Amino acid sequence: MNFDFSEEQFLLRDQAKKFLGDRSSPDVVRAVLEDDDKSYDETLWREMAELGWTGTTIPEEYGGAGMSGEDLCVIAEELGRSLAPTPFSSSVYLATEALLMAGNEDQKQEYLPALAAGEKIGCLAVSEGVGVANAASVKMRAGDGTVDGTKVPVADGDIADFAIVPARTGSGDDLSLFIVDLNGSGVSRKAVETVDPTRSHAEISFENAAAEPLGAPGDGWSIVQRVFDRAAILMAFEQVGGAQACLEMATDYAKNRFAFGRAIGSFQAIKHKLADIYIATELARANAYYGAWALTTDAPDLSIAAAAARVAASEAYNLAARENIQTHGGMGFTWEFDCHLYYRRAKLLSLALGGERRWKDRLISQLEARNSTGEE
Amino acid sequence: MDFNDTAEEAEFRAEARDWLAENAERKTPGKVYKYKRGEPELIPAARAWEGEKFAGGFSGIALPKEYGGRGGTRLQQIIFGEEELNYLIPPPIFSISHGMAVPTMLTYATEEQKQRYVPATLKGDQIWCQLFSEPAGGSDLAGLRTRSVRDGDDWIINGQKIWTSGAHYADMAILVTRSDPDAPKHKGLTYFFLDMTSPGIEIRPIKQVSGYANFNEVFMTDLRIPDSQRLGDVGQGWQVAITTLMNERVSSGIRPAPDFEDIFQLARDTELEDGPAIADAAVREKLADWYIKAQGVKLLRARLMTALSRGERPGPENSISKLVSSFRRQEIAHFGMDLMDMSGAMMDPDKVPSRALYQQALLDSPGGRIAAGSDEILRNIISERVLGLPPDIRVDKELPFNQLPSGSE
Repeated sequence: MNFDFSEEQFLLRDQAKKFLGDRSSPDVVRAVLEDDDKSYDETLWREMAELGWTGTTIPEEYGGAGMSGEDLCVIAEELGRSLAPTPFSSSVYLATEALLMAGNEDQKQEYLPALAAGEKIGCLAVSEGVGVANAASVKMRAGDGTVDGTKVPVADGDIADFAIVPARTGSGDDLSLFIVDLNGSGVSRKAVETVDPTRSHAEISFENAAAEPLGAPGDGWSIVQRVFDRAAILMAFEQVGGAQACLEMATDYAKNRFAFGRAIGSFQAIKHKLADIYIATELARANAYYGAWALTTDAPDLSIAAAAARVAASEAYNLAARENIQTHGGMGFTWEFDCHLYYRRAKLLSLALGGERRWKDRLISQLEARNSTGEE
Repeated sequence: MDFNDTAEEAEFRAEARDWLAENAERKTPGKVYKYKRGEPELIPAARAWEGEKFAGGFSGIALPKEYGGRGGTRLQQIIFGEEELNYLIPPPIFSISHGMAVPTMLTYATEEQKQRYVPATLKGDQIWCQLFSEPAGGSDLAGLRTRSVRDGDDWIINGQKIWTSGAHYADMAILVTRSDPDAPKHKGLTYFFLDMTSPGIEIRPIKQVSGYANFNEVFMTDLRIPDSQRLGDVGQGWQVAITTLMNERVSSGIRPAPDFEDIFQLARDTELEDGPAIADAAVREKLADWYIKAQGVKLLRARLMTALSRGERPGPENSISKLVSSFRRQEIAHFGMDLMDMSGAMMDPDKVPSRALYQQALLDSPGGRIAAGSDEILRNIISERVLGLPPDIRVDKELPFNQLPSGSE
C-alpha cells in the first residue's frame, strides 16, 4: 500500500510551488483581473512551457515529457493554489487530452509538439448558452469540411489558436468532433466577461469555417465525456489546491486578528468553521488522489473516481472560498484583500466541465452501471 | 501510487483470510451476527471468539510476544480488522480492553502485573471498562470529582462515574480519581486499576434512547484499592489518562450501518410516485454526497495505512473519520426511513427493510456523535492540533480545583 505521491513527485511539487509562488503572485493575478486588455499572463505561460509543464503527459516522440497523469496532478494542485492566470486547463487538460485520445497520426504530429512547447493554445468549445451543456444541447452543424454555429462561453476562446468542437453531422443526431483553426476565415470571436476575469472566456461564431474531423464520426460525445472525466480529476487537484490556500489564509488571519481582547481563532464559532473546511478539503483530497491513481492506471473505475473527485472538490473549494471571506469579516469583502480572487475562481471551476448537480447525477449513474454489470 | 499490499502485507493478509475462513462464517447480504449488543448471550460468545483469535495468534497482533501478543505491526492489526469485517463476528466488546487498558498497563504497570493481566485480557478471560467520565466531567474529563484518599497501603475511593460502557460485564477497570482537590484540576488526579468485584461498587444500567443499556452509572462507596494498583505517580493521573486516550483504537473495524451501500440499494428497491427512488433527482444528490464522504473516509484510511507502513505515527488528522461517519449514519437513517414513507415508523424487523437497521440507527446514532469525542470536541481537536489555532481562554487551569465554579452552588 502506498496511497501517496512518490519522492520525485514531492520534489516536482516543491519546485512548482516555489516557482508559482514567485511568478504567479497575487500581483500577477491582479494584473490580469484589473487590465481589460490582458487575457492571461504571457510571461508565466512561456515560463511554464519552458519548464515542460505544457507537455507533461505528451509522449516524448511528440516533444513532450512523457510523464504520468499523477505528475500532472501534482502540477495542477499548485496551479490551483496560485490561481495561475493561464490557459493551462484548456490547452493541457482538454485540447491535449482530446488529441492524445482521438487524434490520428498526422494530427498528433501537427498539434502535439506545438502544444507541448506552449506555442499553440488549444481549447474545447462545448457550451452553446444557458442550460445543461450536454449532447442534446449541441445545435452546431457540420457540413462538408465546415462548421456553423455559436459556442459560448468558451474558456480561453479569445486567445486559443484552435478549438475542438462537437457538431452534428449527417441528417441524424450524430455528434462528431472537429478541429477548427480560430484564426481562419469564417470565425469571429469576442471576449465575454465572467465572474472570474483572471481566466478569459469568449463567444465564438463559426460561419462556414473550415473544420477537420477529430476521431471517428459519431464518437463526438463519447470522446468529450472521456476527456471531461480525465479533466475533472486534474481540475479537482486545482480545486483542492485552491481550497487549501483559502484554509491557510483563513487560519492565518484567525490567529492574528484580535477582537474582544483575544485572537478570533480562539472562538469556537471560528474554529469549527475552519475545522469543517479542513474536513471537506481532506475528503476532497482523498477522492482526488484516488482519481490520480485511476487516471494513471486507466482504471475501470475512472468515471466513478472522476465524478467523486469532481463533486468533492467543487464542494470543498466553494465552501473554503466562501467561509474564508466570512472569517476575514468586512476586510474579506474588499477589493484589496485577495479573498475574492479565490471566491471567483472556486465558482468558475465548479461550473467549467458542468456544474455539481450534473456530476452528482453522473456519479450515481456510473455507480448504477457498475452495479448492474456485477463489478465491485 | 499503489493500492496493492507489499509482499509481506499480502502474506499476512492471506494468512488472516485462511484462518478466518476456517474459524468464522462469511458475511452475506442481509445476514447479521446472531447476538446483538445488549443481549446477554453476546458476552460469553465474544469471550470465546477472542479466545479463538488468541489461540490462532490474532489477538494483540501489535503487542509484544512476551505478554501474549503476536509481536506484529499496527498495519497488520488493521489488515486483520479489515478482513474480520467480512465475517459474522461479535460486535466489539474488547475495544476498551485492548485499545486503552492494555497499552496503559504496558506503560505503567509492574512486570508482574503485566504478566498477570495482559495475556488474560488477550485470551478473552478479562474484559475491562473505563471509569473516566462523571456527571461533572465528560468532555471536560479533568473536571472529575471522585475522591481518592490514602489510608495506609490502600486508597479509599468515593464517588460516581457515568457512561461506563460494559461496566455490568467487565471484570476489571481503569479509574481516574481526584486525590488533591486543593491543586489545580489537572494536577490533583491519580490513576488506578481495580477488580470490578471489589466491595463498594454498585452498577446501575442507563437505558438509552435505543432501549438498550450499554452504559452504566457506577457508584463507589468506601471502595478500597491497594496502592500497588496505582498507575503512575500520585498527582500524575492526567498524564496517565492521556496515554490511555492516545491509544484509542486506530479505528479499525468501525463501519457505520446503514452506510452508502445500504441506502443505495434501498433507493433501487423503493418505488416512489414516478418510479424507483434511485431515479429521483433529489435522492441522487443526497446519495452522491454520502458516496464522496464514505469513499473519502475509506481513502483516508488508505492514507493512514500508508503512513503506518512508513513507520509514521498517525496524528489527530484521523479525528475526521469518526466525525464524518457518525453524522452520515444519522442522516442516512433519517433519509432511509423517509423513503419508506408511513411504514418507516415501524420497528418490527419483519416488516421493514434490512431488519429495521434504519430505525435502530435513528435511535442510537445520536450516541455515536457523543461517544469517544463529541462532534464539538473533535472539531476543537482538529482546529487546535491540526490547524494550530489558539486554545479557548481557560478559566479553570490555575485555580485550585475546589475553588472552581461548578454551577451547583
